[in-house]
Amino acid sequence: MEDTTRREFMGIGAAATGALGVSALGFDLGPAHTVRQRLRIEGATVSRSVCPYCAVGCSLLAYTRRTGRKTELLQIEGDPDSPVNEGTLCPKGASSLELAVSRRRVPSPLYRAPGATEFKRVSWEFTLDKLARNIKASRDRTLVTKDADGNTVNRCEGIAFAGGAAFSSEEGYLATKVMRGLGVVHLEQQARV
Amino acid sequence: MVSLAATFGRGAMTNHWRDIRHADVILVNGANPAEAHPVGFRWLMRAKTDRGAKIIHADPRFTRTSAVADTHLRIRTGSDVAYFGGLINYVLGNDLHHREYVEFATNAGLVVKDSYSFDEGLFNGFDEATGAYDPTAWAYETDADGNARVDIDHPRSVLNLLRAHYSRYTPEMVERITGIPREQFLEVARLVGTTGRPDKVMTIVYAVGLTHHTTGVQLIRSGAILQLLLGNMGRPGGGMNAERGHANIQGNTDHAISWDILPGYLKVPAPGQRNLDDYVAQSASKKLRPNAVNFFGENYRRFMVSLLKTWYGDTATADNEFAFDLLPKPAANSSWISIFDQALRGRMEGLILSGMTATSIGPDSNQVLQALSKLKWLCVMDPFRTTSSEFWNAPGMNPADVRTEVFMLPATHWIEKDGSFTNSGRWAQWKEQVLPPEGESRHDHWILADLFLRVRALYEAQGGRFPDPVRRLTMDYRDPRRPELDEIAREINGRDLGTGERLTTFADLADDGTTTAGDWIYTGHYPPEGNLTKRRDGVQDPEKNDPTGMGFYPNWAWSWPVNRRVLYNRASADPSGRPWDPDRPGIVWDPATRTWTGDVPDYPPTAAPGPDAPLPFIMTGEGTGRIFSNGVADGPFPEHYEPVESPVDNPLHPGQSTTPAVYRYDERAGRPNRFGTVADYPYIATSYRLTEHEHYVTQNVEQLVRLQPEAFVEVPAELAREKGIETGDRVRVSSKRGKLEVRAVVTGRLGPLMIDGRKVYQIGIPIHWGFVGINTGQHWLANALTPFVGDASSRTPEFKAFLVNLEKM
Repeated sequence: MEDTTRREFMGIGAAATGALGVSALGFDLGPAHTVRQRLRIEGATVSRSVCPYCAVGCSLLAYTRRTGRKTELLQIEGDPDSPVNEGTLCPKGASSLELAVSRRRVPSPLYRAPGATEFKRVSWEFTLDKLARNIKASRDRTLVTKDADGNTVNRCEGIAFAGGAAFSSEEGYLATKVMRGLGVVHLEQQARV
Repeated sequence: MVSLAATFGRGAMTNHWRDIRHADVILVNGANPAEAHPVGFRWLMRAKTDRGAKIIHADPRFTRTSAVADTHLRIRTGSDVAYFGGLINYVLGNDLHHREYVEFATNAGLVVKDSYSFDEGLFNGFDEATGAYDPTAWAYETDADGNARVDIDHPRSVLNLLRAHYSRYTPEMVERITGIPREQFLEVARLVGTTGRPDKVMTIVYAVGLTHHTTGVQLIRSGAILQLLLGNMGRPGGGMNAERGHANIQGNTDHAISWDILPGYLKVPAPGQRNLDDYVAQSASKKLRPNAVNFFGENYRRFMVSLLKTWYGDTATADNEFAFDLLPKPAANSSWISIFDQALRGRMEGLILSGMTATSIGPDSNQVLQALSKLKWLCVMDPFRTTSSEFWNAPGMNPADVRTEVFMLPATHWIEKDGSFTNSGRWAQWKEQVLPPEGESRHDHWILADLFLRVRALYEAQGGRFPDPVRRLTMDYRDPRRPELDEIAREINGRDLGTGERLTTFADLADDGTTTAGDWIYTGHYPPEGNLTKRRDGVQDPEKNDPTGMGFYPNWAWSWPVNRRVLYNRASADPSGRPWDPDRPGIVWDPATRTWTGDVPDYPPTAAPGPDAPLPFIMTGEGTGRIFSNGVADGPFPEHYEPVESPVDNPLHPGQSTTPAVYRYDERAGRPNRFGTVADYPYIATSYRLTEHEHYVTQNVEQLVRLQPEAFVEVPAELAREKGIETGDRVRVSSKRGKLEVRAVVTGRLGPLMIDGRKVYQIGIPIHWGFVGINTGQHWLANALTPFVGDASSRTPEFKAFLVNLEKM
């Protein structure tokens, strides 16, 4: 029961005199859970988020505590005020804390040269500089300003961008804007696939 | 998106999650919401438990959705046009359609030109040379002013053509095509038919089980037509409810990360359009009835000019057509499969992927691996390594042979940045930044802004090909390399350039360059008083926060357009402005105040009912929903066509088994088609998700990997007995394109079907595993099996119906 959500433990608390609240040991664990839970999030900062998985759009409450320069994510639970999820979450949403604090994150930019058998760690400066040069070179090589019929088309045929079903709308808008600015026509996200 | 836009004018779920509880009948097709959208599914269950709604689940598998449905129809995957077509035929044949609604709110009465024909599976307008239809061949008879002729009793009225078209879809034909026994079908048809009454309402809930087909757009359209006939569009508890599968698919479709549109569903300009006049003439819908509002069509230029002013600022002037030339004009379809097709042809140099892994997504993962190998460079922006960032090291690949440069850029998680997600029901909900970015990770938009500015600096320093669009794009953020999402939200909303004030509605956008709006459908989400997507007046106080009691919760977040919760809601009331069902009103005309009350009206807010009133669907040129539509590439009425790989010939017209408009990428590029036949690949396969995983990212989440640790396929019990396969045995599933060698789960959830007299099995393939994740060794990619082909209109790949063989290993 370590990961008991507030809603669940409140449910247990409310049923303290009923069968649900009485364990096989013959005494009621509800109040103990309540205390444990209160200690866990006491004094924590509550932030509002939205589940990162499907498009139901369940609202989340995220509890954090700041110690020095470190912010610890203590708990994520469904927001009971939401007209969409009314506090509930599915297994994915309920485990979204583990996604948030995963230790499997890529630690730094990585670069793999043509034919190389492994990635090497590189700096952001190296990465962005090299990528920008690649983008310009590909644009210069594949930009069509006029098509065979003499129409002005100003399109870059050799660069594609795909993504965005998991990032914020405002990021998506900027992605569209800068990609169209580069002349990109191959522009896609998860909606089609 | 294509389908709903072609039918109603906007490509989005018409209602919203909570609204589903108002339905009397719920048809679930191509979806398994109990497992794929579990929390959204609570609203289907509320309809069932609170008002006794009936849930009909048509699906190849008996899933947890079926378990609580009133009826499970075991349907052959991809045959839903025959099912909906059979329902349309039943409704019309028994006079069960909502007659008054149909005349008021659909194009049933419009007369189609006599050039229309449909013969042996082929509509008029087909060009053998290009392998495509000319959709403008599907048109109405018009008068000298361009107004469509209206005569519902005319032999060529849309209604009469519809009748004739679907008269072939008898219960017997439905059974032959779909495998649904006719008695069971008729039982459902009788129930569906009851919802043509004004006091009954039905909703259709669907997901990618309809879209992921070569006929996906028409599968959805056939349901939409049924809903129009029964008078269920625009009404609380009704609608066509597309369940989107990722947190912000809707938002970033709205903002046009899509080859064919600009923000707000403006069409991408095409070659040959020299100026805005050409662009608007070829893109905007034309008014076809004197009292059609045709809101989008009439305002197209205002929205486009406001976008151009936003992107090109002072560079965009009336003298240069507001910099229209700077926008790229694609030569041809540039959608997802086209990206990899172009790479295979050696024409694609670089690909940037953000939170999306091409290798796993496919289709035809082995071919995608080859495509990635042909790139000069690949950039993956993601919090985790993916099967794309690691593609050069995939099983079977030799890294030394792969010349592609690969950049793996650590991006932040959703919880490390703010910004809004727009859910499936169009609710834009702001989220706060909860945690600082982990380690060296950066926000996707900071990476993109930084890259763009570096490219710009290179053009400034070195010159290069036509640098104007790169040099002139507005990037006037406080820190252009690190724009705040709040700044971008304000840019999306738009402002009056004269006063500098942010706008409250897109009605104020102008076509003279005096206003901006980055996405007109979001104008009003961030008015001068603040960001409305942050609003939180929810179920903590229903009495105050839900004044109509209909669950609109107008001050919870913000819904596009203009905070409207149910699209096309004028059709929720009869011509006189009274709700079809007083217990479930959408909007109501109040004669005292001479306004529409309830939800935000999808209609001129003070337009009184009456014979000359504006027509109810404001986004189409017809002023109505479109039963007959030229907004699709493969026919004005949906027709059943077989998947490209099918065990049977089309019982309706064996000579035209698949849709003639399907685009076979390999064949067109001079590569061999790799489609299997039933002789070698006797079983139908379909792919799907499990509750515990979200595509591929959750292979990094320990708890979820523990819950669903290993790749498997589901094998029907009867077939397993024939093959001597038991649960846990390793099996090989192969298609013409690839194979999986995984464990079998033998199940009664899948059963045999009789299709046109032939016993057919369907095999189930969850998609979530690859060669990257916590459990290594799971290197089989489900999409190694799927074909490199897509829908005729949308080019959405065929992930859901293809042929495989099954062997015990």
